[in-house]
Amino acid sequence: MGCGRVGARIASILDHSGHDVSVVDVEPRAFKRLAPDFGGDTIIGTGIDEDVLRSAGIETATAFVAVTNGDNRNIMAAQVARLVFEVPEVVCRIYDPVREDTYRRLGLTTVCPTTTVSAQILDHVINAGENAPPLARRRPGGED
Amino acid sequence: MYIIVVGGGKVGYYLTKTLLGEGHEVLLIERNGDKVDTFTERFGAVVVQGDGAEAAILANAGAARADVVIAVTGEDEDNLVVCQMARQKFHVRRTIARVNNPKNEQLFRLLGIDVTVSQTNYILNIIEQSIPDRSFIHLLSLRHADLAIIEATIAENSPVANRSISEIDLPVDCVIAAIARGPHLIVPTPGTEVQPGDEIIAVTHREQEDELRRLLVA
Repeated sequence: MGCGRVGARIASILDHSGHDVSVVDVEPRAFKRLAPDFGGDTIIGTGIDEDVLRSAGIETATAFVAVTNGDNRNIMAAQVARLVFEVPEVVCRIYDPVREDTYRRLGLTTVCPTTTVSAQILDHVINAGENAPPLARRRPGGED
Repeated sequence: MYIIVVGGGKVGYYLTKTLLGEGHEVLLIERNGDKVDTFTERFGAVVVQGDGAEAAILANAGAARADVVIAVTGEDEDNLVVCQMARQKFHVRRTIARVNNPKNEQLFRLLGIDVTVSQTNYILNIIEQSIPDRSFIHLLSLRHADLAIIEATIAENSPVANRSISEIDLPVDCVIAAIARGPHLIVPTPGTEVQPGDEIIAVTHREQEDELRRLLVA
């Protein structure tokens, strides 16, 4: 749910690796972000509407990912997926760290880009990236 | 009572105005800065600009000592999260959410919201009651007990017309609470005879509503 950069990427990767994927977004133009050979379904609508989720096949889904730009929309959709449709694996992106903490305690599987990205950047700033995963970075004295 | 209202649309505005008028301590949280300025001019310093789902805003609003948090924005997801944050982080005793999509009423209750208010459903109900020649009307759901209050107009050919209350074989969990006959309100006793034209007010378990409909309406 949510065909932004992250949603489109996840959907395209899953599709390429042979999974059945449905993408839900309120904005039809968002589907242009999907890989050109994307073979999954695209559904126009809001993922907080149970009927839209049904038409996306949520009743037989093994995983549901909520990655719209709205924290609250992701939170609500994730709870619907988990409690109403009992989807085995539900992941929810929440930008607000406090909200993320609250809903993680309530049992949602959450990802907070704000804390993870901040931590990565801080690691570069403070430790010059010694503990960081290899990102594109200039080596001291290197030429590129 | 200390009441926090989130969302300064028409509902939030008039709700705040009414609650203030009743002498309650009220704080209105609204995202739009222009609206906040207008409301502050009208209500005084009881309006705060911000996102009511954000913990820092709720903390500054004194959510920890609030008796009630009422979320009445136009977005169901925002109302849900405001109420859940109020409950989880600030242990607010009573949370009330406006539900814009009537389908979400049940979901919100499942997710721990104390009270849901669906104006769409209320309007539908009122319109339904105003449509002429409807002989069986669902007046109100008493959701905590799973009961409904219904109104039925008895026609000449109703199976219960001209029969006494004691002769009517009501479904279980149903009771005829009152009979309106012209200008009179009759509290029924076993001997009361139901007459054509009577308006019956009954309380029923939700599951028996259809059975009661078949019994009262031909």
